[in-house]
Amino acid sequence: MSSSEGAVTLSPPTSGRIPRRAPAGDALRSARARKLTLRAIALGYLALLLLTPVAMIFYRTFEHGLAPVWDAITAPNAQSAFWLSIEIVAIAVPLNTVFGIGMALLLERGRFRGKGLLGLVIDLPFAISPVVVGLALVLVYGKTGWFGNWLGEQGFQIIFSVPGMVLATAVVSLPFVARETIPVLRELGTDAEQAAETLGASGWQTFWRVTLPGIRWGVVYGVVLTTARALGEFGAVSIVSGRIEGQTQTLPLYVQDRFENFDSTGAYTAAVVLALLALATLLVMNLLTRRTRRETAA
Amino acid sequence: MLGKGLLGIYLSVLVLLPVAALLAKSSTGGTSSFWRAISSPEAVAAIKLTLIATAIVVVINAVFGTLIAWVLVRDEFPGKSIVNAVIDLPFALPTIVAGVVLLALYGKGSPIGINVAFTRVAVGLALLFVTLPFVVRSVQPVLLELDYSMEEAASSLGAGSGTVLRRIVLPSLAPAIISGVALSFARAVGEFGSLVLITGNLPFKTEVGSVYIFGQIENDNLPAAAAVSVLLLAAALVVLGILSFVSGRLSRHVQ
Repeated sequence: MSSSEGAVTLSPPTSGRIPRRAPAGDALRSARARKLTLRAIALGYLALLLLTPVAMIFYRTFEHGLAPVWDAITAPNAQSAFWLSIEIVAIAVPLNTVFGIGMALLLERGRFRGKGLLGLVIDLPFAISPVVVGLALVLVYGKTGWFGNWLGEQGFQIIFSVPGMVLATAVVSLPFVARETIPVLRELGTDAEQAAETLGASGWQTFWRVTLPGIRWGVVYGVVLTTARALGEFGAVSIVSGRIEGQTQTLPLYVQDRFENFDSTGAYTAAVVLALLALATLLVMNLLTRRTRRETAA
Repeated sequence: MLGKGLLGIYLSVLVLLPVAALLAKSSTGGTSSFWRAISSPEAVAAIKLTLIATAIVVVINAVFGTLIAWVLVRDEFPGKSIVNAVIDLPFALPTIVAGVVLLALYGKGSPIGINVAFTRVAVGLALLFVTLPFVVRSVQPVLLELDYSMEEAASSLGAGSGTVLRRIVLPSLAPAIISGVALSFARAVGEFGSLVLITGNLPFKTEVGSVYIFGQIENDNLPAAAAVSVLLLAAALVVLGILSFVSGRLSRHVQ
């Protein structure tokens, strides 16, 4: 044992670190064993909980070949569910982007009473169950709700139709843009904005030419998260949709419908389409974080 | 000025009015009917299951989340960046898909012979899946910033690795672990989509609070749905408040 101790002390530092007091061979080996054990536990946990189940639906979807998958994708109800999901995202995400940037500016740059309260209100959708969001919207805009009757007389139906589904989607994905933009705004500081104003730029000019370019990656990151959440929202949309096939069925609702009707190919195929969109989201998120890291490093 | 007004309207339409309507509905019949709604046997069973399952899940998250963060920061192995990227998958994956995904491996006809569908284990499994990233993502940046020299000093002074972990690493990570736990708690208490398919929603057995609320809405019993909603929302907010207080105290202590 003692000979191996000597060998460790004499060997040159390999990893570029300052050579430390040489640990005994046994200690070194047990530290390595500990590291490998921890790695095995962490990776094993991830494999059992996350990776194998996700890999499994890809296998289950394609196990009978491509033809049934193609049929499932081209089924009219699947098509209409897909396009309804896209339509809802196309309305809710831009709304939340514009208002999210506004809320971030107000929280980070504004000076007014009740700012803390505003922050709480913006974060509230993260603490509320999607089901409760759906219920709360029904209580305001439903037929027996606060404004449902009045809205109905004006010819607007919100609940059990697309406007309600847009509302529900907007609520659950509300905080992302603001939350991702605020830290970037803080980092950016106000120096450049003040300089622009001193040089005679109007508020809008300063926003478009100085602030927005400075926060754009934060905003984009927020938009990616908003889109992912909006595309996948289930509980809140389920309650306000009335789940009318081919009319108020989004892709996640279609997954449930197919599953409960024992059409596993239809359910798995729609789930795989959503999973692929989620993987694309992950990819974009990673590219963006890498980009910001490079920019901060530069 | 105009912008502020528009923002106010947007937030009112989306958040303030709905929450106000929820509170109003839950208290329409006074405290006695609120109490009746939340003390019906089925509601009690659902609320109890939600809170107990959530408590177990956040403890598991605290342990495994910290462990995974540790491995991602302090260990090196091929494919690490991919593992790091997929941690966020539960956030990106629609909740209903999470349910389908878990059923494909742990449901009927499971290729590994484990079928937990329609059991309470399924509740825990689904909650673990959807809350996985919270603790990892809150601990990871703190671990990255953590000064390695403190640990080295301690071990060169003869502290064993257990002591270093207990006296140096864990106290520095505690605030981050707790804030990850708080977020997991809030998420798990309200979780719905991932549970719908895998738990079978059996009253008194696998029915959680959010599923119970859904059932009451379907039965047009909106006051009862609102009462249980307010209770669960209050639980989430109270736990968030307490844990953020504790985490703030601890991080001041460390500094």
